[in-house]
Amino acid sequence: MQHLIVLPVVLPLVAGLLLLYRRQGALRIKRLVGVIATALLVAVGVALVARAAGGEVSYYALGGWQPPFGIVLVLDRLSALMVLLTAVLALGAVVFACAGDDERGSNFHGLFQWQLMGINGAFLTGDLFNLFVFFEVLLLASYALLMHGGGKARIQAGVHYVVLNLAGSSLFLIAVGVLYGATGTLNMADMAARLSELPAERAGLVTAGGLMLLVVFGLKAAILPLYFWLPRAYAAAPAPVAALFAIMTKVGIYAILRVYSLVFGAPAGELANLEQAWVWWLSLGTLVAAGVGVLAARDLRLLVAYLVLVSVGTLLAGIGMGSPAAVSALLYYLIHTTLITGGLFLLAELIGLQRGKAGTRLVRGRPLRQGGWLAGLFFIGAVAVAGLPPLSGAIGKALLLDAAEGGQRAWLWPIVLGTGLCALIALSRAGSTLFWRSQGDILGHALPRRQWFGVAWLLGAAPLLVVLAGPVSDYTRATAEQLATPEVMINALINDAGDTP
Amino acid sequence: MESLYAITTGVLTACGLYLVLRGRTFPVVVGLTLLSYAVNLFLFSMGGLTTDGAAILDGPSDYADPLPQALVLTAIVIGFAMTAFVVILAMRARSEVGNDHVDGRRSEDGEDRP
Repeated sequence: MQHLIVLPVVLPLVAGLLLLYRRQGALRIKRLVGVIATALLVAVGVALVARAAGGEVSYYALGGWQPPFGIVLVLDRLSALMVLLTAVLALGAVVFACAGDDERGSNFHGLFQWQLMGINGAFLTGDLFNLFVFFEVLLLASYALLMHGGGKARIQAGVHYVVLNLAGSSLFLIAVGVLYGATGTLNMADMAARLSELPAERAGLVTAGGLMLLVVFGLKAAILPLYFWLPRAYAAAPAPVAALFAIMTKVGIYAILRVYSLVFGAPAGELANLEQAWVWWLSLGTLVAAGVGVLAARDLRLLVAYLVLVSVGTLLAGIGMGSPAAVSALLYYLIHTTLITGGLFLLAELIGLQRGKAGTRLVRGRPLRQGGWLAGLFFIGAVAVAGLPPLSGAIGKALLLDAAEGGQRAWLWPIVLGTGLCALIALSRAGSTLFWRSQGDILGHALPRRQWFGVAWLLGAAPLLVVLAGPVSDYTRATAEQLATPEVMINALINDAGDTP
Repeated sequence: MESLYAITTGVLTACGLYLVLRGRTFPVVVGLTLLSYAVNLFLFSMGGLTTDGAAILDGPSDYADPLPQALVLTAIVIGFAMTAFVVILAMRARSEVGNDHVDGRRSEDGEDRP
């Protein structure tokens, strides 16, 4: 299967085109196409992980143009893992949307598939300009999805989100231009090879370009001074879209991990790891700000949005430490946090649907019709996301805390554990208000089975990640080792001919 | 020529940045447009400026770097689509919220000064 690598991009593209067939109506067929395409994507993701698990780096030269001249899609352990994670998250979200959220505006399923195409492309590409193009694809789809269904809050959050990201795109292009001017290439592996023999007078240019890229990726990942768009946008988005957006901040984190481990890795000499100090301190700041936000949130959806921010801070701290053990821990935590926060967004929607006018606001409301089940799921999600044993959050955090060395421990341990405590307090307060402080009659309807499936599919990851903790952490450890040796990828792409179509 | 080109790009960027930081959606949209013009000019010059070079590689003669031309074309198309989208979005926000402030607020201190 030499074309396997390009399937995660082509499959959603074709599905999205099919879904353009009619603007309104034909809902059953559209749902079927959307769900089948996403389920196929899960299968493709599994096949990619199986292929990459051996440690071999393979690439797909689009149009048959060999790197460094053509655009390549690169498959290694990290990109395979991210593609599979996206597909698993998307399957839960799209099944949830089939319960009725997709009817509130036009062409939900088509936009959803194109968003997946952009995300998968960003994970697979090995070219800096191509990364920009896929960022634009996923952003354009996300603009439309964020405002799916309309409404004042969504439009207002949308204006901020779109304007900020457009400014970010301009900065991305400037950074790409600077890096091309200084190195003469856009292929990331080739750029890494050329950085090792860079003339000294161009080092300043490359540093400027590299740090501008950090600003762009930091905007996507929602790092400290650039996160203010996130809570409002995520809280306003429709539930399945918010769940899918759980992977969007991880696109930024992936890009930081990829670019700075490959292009600015050990062979880059003096330019190596130029992002590390910035990311380390800003991640700690993000954690503190997110902890305050979690405590201050007065709405369940806003609370979950701040929990996304907590996870971003924790993941970035792993990048800031930079050691393979820390990267391995952050990858495990990334799988956990993406699925759990996605599931919590869906669960918040279910709770809001049964509480009548009170919605997801943390005030006294009507009792829930299926309160027992919802409370049970909320308990599982809260335990997992706050990082309490025995669920997956505890393992992820323990791995990360264990990876900290020397002076880093003095900063990381109190801040991560303190933020965990903030999350715990806020979640128990929210849970007791939602499920126990109620008055009036039960009005809500029983919820459709598709919505239950979506929530259970995503929150089921918490116990599953504990059962499979051995194999998963073996894989993430191997991934971290692969990232620590960029020479392997440079050799595979530049110095020999891989399998070409 | 280089300095003229650099000054043009710089002035466009500065004006774009100033307008993006304004409080109402229309100047912000114009600012984003100016920013994207500046970025396109910058991208076009990123391989170095060549005068009197062949447009396409033709033997050993002096030629212009074709890659920035391809990139700037992509950037122009994407920038154009994004501008169209943000204009429509700004109009939707104006009709839904009732004013064209980016935060959706009715008025601020000193906002109504002539």
